[in-house]
Amino acid sequence: MVTVLFYILAGLAIACAISCVYHKNPLFSAVSLIGVFISLACIYLTLSAPFIAVTQILVYAGAIMVLVIFVIMLLNLDEDSPHTNLAYLYGFGGGLGVLLIGQALFVFYAVNRAGQKSVESTAAGQTSSIGKAMYTEYLLPVEIVGILLLMAIVGAMIMSRRLREPSVAASSEE
Amino acid sequence: MEPSLETYLALSGILFAIGSVGVIYKRNAIGMFMCIELMLNAVNLSFVAFARHYGDVTGQLFVFVVMAVAACEAAVGLGIIITFFRNRESIDVDDASIMRN
Repeated sequence: MVTVLFYILAGLAIACAISCVYHKNPLFSAVSLIGVFISLACIYLTLSAPFIAVTQILVYAGAIMVLVIFVIMLLNLDEDSPHTNLAYLYGFGGGLGVLLIGQALFVFYAVNRAGQKSVESTAAGQTSSIGKAMYTEYLLPVEIVGILLLMAIVGAMIMSRRLREPSVAASSEE
Repeated sequence: MEPSLETYLALSGILFAIGSVGVIYKRNAIGMFMCIELMLNAVNLSFVAFARHYGDVTGQLFVFVVMAVAACEAAVGLGIIITFFRNRESIDVDDASIMRN
């Protein structure tokens, strides 16, 4: 049952990822990427990680992609034109993709040969155990993440502010 | 019967490969940004699969940290993209050549 569900969701995720890379229109790419996020959240549910699944939906599909689509609409982008002077990148990208997929399948083969260990069901992944670990054992990373979020807020405000200094105004006039 | 660890790792590797190819193929900055998010999600999937396999909660906490970093990246990266668009009227990464001699 879980295996069938996993293969359906994995196929959906891979199809949406390919569609995200393939489409020239950034809005179609963004919607495909939301499909990847939602199918990955369902896979997290089958991995008995409900907290991560809900956070995935809230943070990625809810916050980040809304911001991305907002920027796409705001900038009124047209279609992505193909590379003209960088044609060698197609060969390079294709070679890199084949190499990485080959590496993934090699890991699949090597781990498959090494023998299996059955997965025992544990309480890890329940929200209470995550919260307990987060505020006792891993308190320092949580504090660092808080500082990082504060820095990102300040940095984004400074970055997107319209500057009035003469040097910046001169360099922006092309 | 549950799929084994290496199945999840194979899916993670395939998604990572698709994302890295997208970073090279895409030409506008927002497309590259979305492909980077795809790669981060592939890594998150392998973290959760390992956390399930070893019955340890540490992997899921790492996923949480990665999500926070992705949110910071979204805020700052989209700020950079908007500033770049305001100066150049384009978000093509080939136009970001002011440092070229």
